[in-house]
Amino acid sequence: MLNTTLGRGALCAAFILALPLVLQPLNNAVAADKSVKVTAIVEHPALDATRDGIKDELAAQGFKAGDNLDWEYQSAQGDVGTAGQIARKFVGDNPDVIVAIATPSAQAVVSAARGQIPVVFSAVTDPVAAKLVTNAKKPGGNVTGVSDLSPIGKHLDLIKEITPNAKIVGVPHNPGEANAVVLVDLLKKLAPGKGLSIVTASAPSSNDVLAATRSLVGKVDVIYVPTDNTVVSALEAVVKVGIDAKIPVYAGDTDSVQRGAMAGLGFDYYDVGRQTGKMIARILRGMKPGDLSVQGVDITQLHVNPGAAQKMGVTLPQSVISRAHKVVK
Amino acid sequence: MSLIAFLGAIETGLLFGLVAFGVFLSFRVLNFPDLTVDGSLPLGAAVAATLIVGGWNPYAATFVAMLAGALAGMVTALLNIRLRILHLLASILTMIGLWTINLRIMGKPNQPLLGEVTIFTPFEGFGLPFYWLYPLVFVVVVVAAKLLVDAFLASEIGLAMRATGVNPRMARAQGIRTDVMILSGMAMSNALVALAGALFAQVQGAADISMGVGVIVVGLAAVILGEAVMSTRTIVLATFACIVGSIIYRLVIAVALNADFIGLQAQDLKLVTAVLVVLAMALPAVRQRFLKGGGARAT
Repeated sequence: MLNTTLGRGALCAAFILALPLVLQPLNNAVAADKSVKVTAIVEHPALDATRDGIKDELAAQGFKAGDNLDWEYQSAQGDVGTAGQIARKFVGDNPDVIVAIATPSAQAVVSAARGQIPVVFSAVTDPVAAKLVTNAKKPGGNVTGVSDLSPIGKHLDLIKEITPNAKIVGVPHNPGEANAVVLVDLLKKLAPGKGLSIVTASAPSSNDVLAATRSLVGKVDVIYVPTDNTVVSALEAVVKVGIDAKIPVYAGDTDSVQRGAMAGLGFDYYDVGRQTGKMIARILRGMKPGDLSVQGVDITQLHVNPGAAQKMGVTLPQSVISRAHKVVK
Repeated sequence: MSLIAFLGAIETGLLFGLVAFGVFLSFRVLNFPDLTVDGSLPLGAAVAATLIVGGWNPYAATFVAMLAGALAGMVTALLNIRLRILHLLASILTMIGLWTINLRIMGKPNQPLLGEVTIFTPFEGFGLPFYWLYPLVFVVVVVAAKLLVDAFLASEIGLAMRATGVNPRMARAQGIRTDVMILSGMAMSNALVALAGALFAQVQGAADISMGVGVIVVGLAAVILGEAVMSTRTIVLATFACIVGSIIYRLVIAVALNADFIGLQAQDLKLVTAVLVVLAMALPAVRQRFLKGGGARAT
């Protein structure tokens, strides 16, 4: 019995030790000029759109995946252990640029890259708070990227413009989502300056969004949905409460307007990806990441939904409708 | 697979070996299905990260993280033995409660540790690249943990704990205080898991509220994989199997990350894991049937 155990153990050990040798040659299948390795913490419409934007922009800049660019994408599927392993794998592959989408992946990659390999992050709300860079203007080091921080000030201005009598803004959000917490903190900081105050409602999972939004009824004049994955995934529940209680619902992104929010000022994550792609291309052409400032998103769009507005007891001003990039019928 | 990716898999495997020890203690030794670990891993990470950022010595912070984990395990045990709540439910309740507690400890969902002094900082001056350093440190930590668990389970108290798991009524008849055994066993189990969380946060550069999702599955998969590939008839072998199973699990992931050639993608990982665990669990039954049918080579 001892013999078989030992034998099996030795076999296992031999198998494990032989793995890198067996798999080594398979890495160099594509002999490309440049290599870009992309990872995201999880599959998600916004994060996938970012990735597609990056890929398309790189192609537009002359770096075509599978042609002269070795492009690899890996998702950690929400598992931080896997995120760490992907980071290690990419560092081991020694590409020209590692791209990390969303905060947990970016932290894992920056921790593994150790200042050696250029890292570009994307769709990270607050890269300084996440300690990816110490200075957004002058990152130094090997890390830079694009932040997807919502234009909160513009959002509050839009609320004042469409519903000038509103005093209290209700914000349903998931306190477990780093980006949502950053947005809520920012809202609380900026609102008093615009004559508004913020009331939050906690929704730790998408099942809690309906109850959280209902708890705002009677306490708030308008509801603002930040770019919080949990709340946005259950947006219909927020819209339903808005219509039932005649409370206008604003969104921090544009997709939500199609789904029933009254108005949304935001950006397309595909554009975030395109912008990130431009940054990657500059690094591939020889720029140092440390010399490129962290960018905010350039392109924002206003989408409005007059039908939803009417159901929520609001008539959108003509000036807003005429300036909107898209009017949902 | 590059050397860095390979060593990364070994490192993560060793780290989750600690989780596997914890799961082994609760599921196998105490026969107590414990889902607390989904909360105690991020608890360990949150406590360690918050203390380190607050200027604590990283070793002290890691130790306090273990104590916090032990406390979480004791809460689950008390819910079960004092309030007579079903073990599975008791552990789920603690796990859910820990989500809020972890958020409160960190004050935010993500506490970055990039650039902070960690338990690895004193070793970084020796010129060893980080991808060698981390696994080497973890080998020491995990082997030490294994030897301690082995020694404990061979001691008189350890034997009493094992008896509690096998047959609580019999154990009580022998004068063993089974309540105390469950309480201390659960504390040990979750202290080990919290240690894994604390170390993981320091390697990964951040503690995150979502770190705990699915930890129980990973731990259980490691225990079961270990049991499938080697004999676990003694405690010394069984704890060794936990480490082996955990490393194999991480190597499977590393292979899946490199497995374009057989059409596997990282997205397929969860299904591959599930199939793997099912196969490992089915293996003993299949083997038994085969031996019965063949008859000739039965040992």
